[in-house]
Amino acid sequence: MAVDAEAQFHVLAVDDSLMDRKLIERLLKTSSSFQVTTVDSGSKALEVLGLKEEDQTSTSALSPQHNEIEVNLVITDYCMPGMTGYDLLKKIKESSSLKDIPVVIMSSENVPSRINRCLEGGAEEFFLKPVQLSDMRRLGPHILKGKHKEQQQLHQEENSNTNHTIMGSSNNNNMSNKRKVMDEEILSDRTRLGFSSSSLNLI
Amino acid sequence: MSLMALREQLNMLLNSMYIEGLLDQQFQQLQMLQDASSPGFVAEVITLFCEDAERILTELTKLVDQAVVDFQKVDAYVHQLKGSSSSVGAQNVKLACIQFRQFCEENNKVGCLNALNVVKHHYYLLRNKFDTMLQLEQRIQAYDSKQQN
Repeated sequence: MAVDAEAQFHVLAVDDSLMDRKLIERLLKTSSSFQVTTVDSGSKALEVLGLKEEDQTSTSALSPQHNEIEVNLVITDYCMPGMTGYDLLKKIKESSSLKDIPVVIMSSENVPSRINRCLEGGAEEFFLKPVQLSDMRRLGPHILKGKHKEQQQLHQEENSNTNHTIMGSSNNNNMSNKRKVMDEEILSDRTRLGFSSSSLNLI
Repeated sequence: MSLMALREQLNMLLNSMYIEGLLDQQFQQLQMLQDASSPGFVAEVITLFCEDAERILTELTKLVDQAVVDFQKVDAYVHQLKGSSSSVGAQNVKLACIQFRQFCEENNKVGCLNALNVVKHHYYLLRNKFDTMLQLEQRIQAYDSKQQN
């Protein structure tokens, strides 16, 4: 995986439809410089997040012993075979290491009871499909909040950890810089809508 | 044909598709997502949609043909097709799927048979136009790259 200096936030997108995975990936990359990983099921998502079924009392996801990748937001389809988006949400929120990761749920069906259930289950947002570019703006605050909590957790761990490293303090500086840049990118109206004069032209 | 004429043809084709309800605003969203860094995005999505749709239509044909129809299974497939047609902006196909689901809910086999035909009708109409669209786009892109040389 190439390291992109600009891609500061990592989003994990979960959807069993290949088309929708392509779409959400493009939406995420177009609206902001997110790094995006897509998977086709809840169980694969949990693997990526580093949560093994037996390991319910895992330590922080930031601990160097775990080799899962760091994820700042999970966006998942609701209707999936096997583990639904709601099931995935619950598993994430019940995990001590993952519960602070913001989760957004998408669904093609506008069912108020479903929406409420997801929000009450800890989802930050509920997007109706097809997801639009304008919906992407709603992600910013949640990613920033999640990153901030992660920073706090890292800070607490660094304080309680007897092995102080220089990495700790420089990481904090980098994170606040990254957050500032992220603010500007998300809140500005810059979008890559540039295309030729005729709006109906595909080129 | 000149580049301008090709572009003219593509615009007219797209216009007619919007007017006739084959495409809706969601397709415009897809066009907005295509840019220099992802020039083949729309073509890719269209291709994925068509592969998906044809796979589902094949399954549906088998299922609805059974003596005893498994309406839940049928509904699950129609739900998938409704989802992907919605994502690509295939309005008529999507609407036909919504009607189809009604018949599934009513366990109405004849209704389902008819509805499947309607979905197929709209899908193949759309597929033809998508084929023309992609051909035109390829010719336009070939022109552009020739001019750059």
